[in-house]
Amino acid sequence: MNWVIKMFSSTIGQKLIMALTGLFLCSFLVIHMVGNLQLFKVDNGLAFNTYSVFMTSNPVIKTISYILYFSILFHAFKGLMLIRKNQKSRPVKYAVQNGAANSHWTSRNMGILGTILLVFIVIHMSNFWYEYKFGHIPFTSYLTNMATGETKSSPMSAEYVQSNKLEEGITSNEQGQFRVVIVKDLYKEVEEEFKEWWIVALYVISMFAVGFHLYHGFKSAFQTLGVNHVKYNGLIKFLGTWVFSVLIPAGFAAMPLYFFIFK
Amino acid sequence: MSSEKIIMEKNLNLNLKVWRQKNASDKGKFEEYKVNDISTDMSFLEMFDVLNERLNNEGKDPVAFDHDCREGICGSCSMYINGRPHGPKQTTTCQLHMRSFNDGDTIVVEPWRAQPFPVIKDLVVDRSAFDRIISSGGFISVNTGNAQDANAIPIPKDAADESFAAAACIGCGACVAACKNASAMLFVSAKVSQLALLPQGMPERKKRVMEMVAQMDAEGFGACTNTGACSAECPKEISLSNIARMNREYIVAELSSDSK
Repeated sequence: MNWVIKMFSSTIGQKLIMALTGLFLCSFLVIHMVGNLQLFKVDNGLAFNTYSVFMTSNPVIKTISYILYFSILFHAFKGLMLIRKNQKSRPVKYAVQNGAANSHWTSRNMGILGTILLVFIVIHMSNFWYEYKFGHIPFTSYLTNMATGETKSSPMSAEYVQSNKLEEGITSNEQGQFRVVIVKDLYKEVEEEFKEWWIVALYVISMFAVGFHLYHGFKSAFQTLGVNHVKYNGLIKFLGTWVFSVLIPAGFAAMPLYFFIFK
Repeated sequence: MSSEKIIMEKNLNLNLKVWRQKNASDKGKFEEYKVNDISTDMSFLEMFDVLNERLNNEGKDPVAFDHDCREGICGSCSMYINGRPHGPKQTTTCQLHMRSFNDGDTIVVEPWRAQPFPVIKDLVVDRSAFDRIISSGGFISVNTGNAQDANAIPIPKDAADESFAAAACIGCGACVAACKNASAMLFVSAKVSQLALLPQGMPERKKRVMEMVAQMDAEGFGACTNTGACSAECPKEISLSNIARMNREYIVAELSSDSK
């Protein structure tokens, strides 16, 4: 085991931790993005709310989500430790420094961008994750007529669900003509949150930070892992630029804007 | 117009802000100097020679700076000029010419700043940390005796070229000076790569990278953020792909070497 500790405490090993956790967080962003696209479905939140139940109850996903929380914290902690260490390597600063002449500003400000993201993640999780798990989110029941495909939704208070011992989830009636879905209405919560202009602004600005952080971070992770090859560099640069620093942040930013403008 | 007049017109009057520090324990400060009538054909070091001659004549302490070959191949010169190692051109300070500056410019000259590169005097820093990294593993062991026949060991042309490109590193330390983290990754990776690419480097391949990285860390150099500043400022244009290769070499060595 000695060698594992030695490896991950070297400068290269510490960067390896940053790269591995960083790429894992990138993979999460893709899943998070694809899942949340259901917010755009015009069904009063049925698809999104059902998906939320699945994401918070499936044991495999629950396990991965704990690894995810740990990765976020570890990535942030290790990053801040590395900044401290790197600052110690230059105790006397230059009087004049022209960083713009030799490097991209995103690569020189990963710590600041990352700190913005950490603050955002805390706010974001307290807005939705905490509310969903521990807050008072009202329930909604969706009644679908299987023959016509029509869905009617009606709000339900948490007290009503509790007192009538109703179970969250999907149930069909005896004749099989109706499907009833009773779920915590996270969709409604999203709608409420994004009525505030400043929350929308905060989310949109944070997505710029995501884009800039990943513009450098994604390709930098591959360089740290030793993947620098003429055959793959183009693809890595393309994914890092267009998918992770443009498409994904733009998609996320579109969600609060959509609710603010259209709902 | 006489030809002399034309040359005179080309000459520069400059304001220098130079870091002066008596010794390692001195706090040091910037000193301002005016240098006039500097030919644009002079190198940056020759401009300093002009200044030092004047300081000498005035009975003052000349500015100490490192220099040796003045041909861009020894890696001695080491000035941080207007916020960039070796100044505005991707070359060594000795090969930087005054035509890169304009009349009336203020030029700020500082020593390399890094914890493992302590200032000895003025613009001279102690770069022996690099020597210790090399002696920790940047070599191959060969038997003495008769020289081997040329081309006795087949080496692919591509590998030979890449190894040679890495071997072009002159160890000036501009990579460390340019890096916001004072990281020595480009230097160490060039020294690891030049041997890792050749069959002669194979016997000590894993040991080499592990020992050199350990020494690099022990010297107190920072970690790599992959900003690319090192390669952009390197007078020998050492590629960032060397850093990726060293990371690969290091990871493989740690995962597969026999030591527990």
